[in-house]
Amino acid sequence: MIIDAFILRALLAGFLVAVAAGPLGCFVVWRRMAYFGDATSHAAILGVALALAFDVSIFAGTLATALAMAVVVAALAGRGWAVDTTLGVLAHSALAVGLVAVSFLPGVRVDLSAYLFGDILTVTASDLWIMAIGAALVVGLLVWRWEPLLTATISEDLARSLGLDPARERLALTLALAVTVAVALKVVGALLIAALLIVPAAAARVYARSPEAMAVWAVLLAGLAVAAGLGASLQLDTPAGPSIVTAAAALFAGSLAGAALIRVVRAR
Amino acid sequence: MSAPLIEARGLSVAYGHADPVLRHVNFALHPGEIVTVVGPNGSGKSTFLRTLLGMIRPAGGQVTRAPGLRVGYVPQKLHLDPSLPLSVARFLRLHRRLDAAAVEALLVRVGVPGLAERELATLSGGQFQRVLLARALTGSPQLLVLDEPTQGLDQPGTAGFYRLIEDVRRELGCAVLSVSHDLHVVMSASDRVICLNGHICCEGTPSVVSNAPEYRALFGLGTGGALALYQHHHDHGPEHPDHPHDHLEHEGCDHDH
Repeated sequence: MIIDAFILRALLAGFLVAVAAGPLGCFVVWRRMAYFGDATSHAAILGVALALAFDVSIFAGTLATALAMAVVVAALAGRGWAVDTTLGVLAHSALAVGLVAVSFLPGVRVDLSAYLFGDILTVTASDLWIMAIGAALVVGLLVWRWEPLLTATISEDLARSLGLDPARERLALTLALAVTVAVALKVVGALLIAALLIVPAAAARVYARSPEAMAVWAVLLAGLAVAAGLGASLQLDTPAGPSIVTAAAALFAGSLAGAALIRVVRAR
Repeated sequence: MSAPLIEARGLSVAYGHADPVLRHVNFALHPGEIVTVVGPNGSGKSTFLRTLLGMIRPAGGQVTRAPGLRVGYVPQKLHLDPSLPLSVARFLRLHRRLDAAAVEALLVRVGVPGLAERELATLSGGQFQRVLLARALTGSPQLLVLDEPTQGLDQPGTAGFYRLIEDVRRELGCAVLSVSHDLHVVMSASDRVICLNGHICCEGTPSVVSNAPEYRALFGLGTGGALALYQHHHDHGPEHPDHPHDHLEHEGCDHDH
């Protein structure tokens, strides 16, 4: 069987996102930051509009707006705002404002669905290089700060008593999230980036007995979802991004069902 | 007396523009000392502890810690998200290199052997507190700091935990600084009890349960002498021979306990 180059590139792009989203998604789940991921990734649409308006690269535009949104959200959360309401307002406003902004662009007919749901089959070699650098940054940051991040996640007081600064660890996660959003935009699109963070990590919880194992399982499951989703998308002619997330959801459901079955069998 | 482990002079702490939580607190903790801070909710006990440990920057005054002070901290509470798979052993290894034997030795020391591979989220309240204590002991601390360590434990559990702290302290020779919201129950081994309500209301030695049979009856006999009643005789003059603590010069101290 001959695999076309664009399919290989798509697979590679998906795997790069899986490598970054796996461990980061674990922290998003552990720290209950799901809405935080939503707000940051929805802001990417605004970044697309700005990038097109000012004629800079989409990657730079989404990275900048995702970063700005992540910093704003982190600052608001730090001031004790009602976090779910604030994040809900920001997440959906960012998406709506971004969509409105795109429609204002003169003379450009933008295929919005590519940014909303991803366009993984059009990934170019230079896209891959940028994504590889982004994924390496995220993984490098998480590996470097792993122990402090984990400690601050378990208890901020405990972290402080060990001389760590929980605010700095939050910033590290914020940065990693913004970079991941920029990397993943072309793979699953702004609407579904948060899903690729949360769903594989949640499924990984079933198999993992340690935080480190959960991160590795999340990468494996996200990679599997990318391969399965992409395969299904080619076979069934379905959109690639949503197919990948659907595959991840199926893995999640299967994991939960398997865990329940094991519990029942052991109980007998 | 040797140099203090921690010393605070004229300490004031405020959150934002609100009234200060702590006002002009002077305090020194010496090596090997057991000090318990008591006070009603909102009296600034936790804030006091956190400021001493450098977690909160004071608005006024200064805190001096002995250079290279090793602190073992037992946090007030720890909400672990069930989505985080964390074994007891992994928890004890946070920022510490411990082999399996060292982990088990620590667990034996705090009276919960064989829990190393259990998930933290599945432990009972008493087991959890002991694991938190074990983690605080990993760095062979000179000072053990406990923020309401027995919250949520029943009375025998509380007594057992305090006895354990006393044993550990005897072995390590570390100082112990703890906080309790229960004005009546403090560690009987405390060298000093500090009553805090925004400022230090009073401090002194706790009177021991065995001297007060009526209180012993009140608290039951099952505590093995680990719990003591801190008696406030405010109707006595300061010159009264039974007066168990020294009142400091102050104004506006609310004793609503």
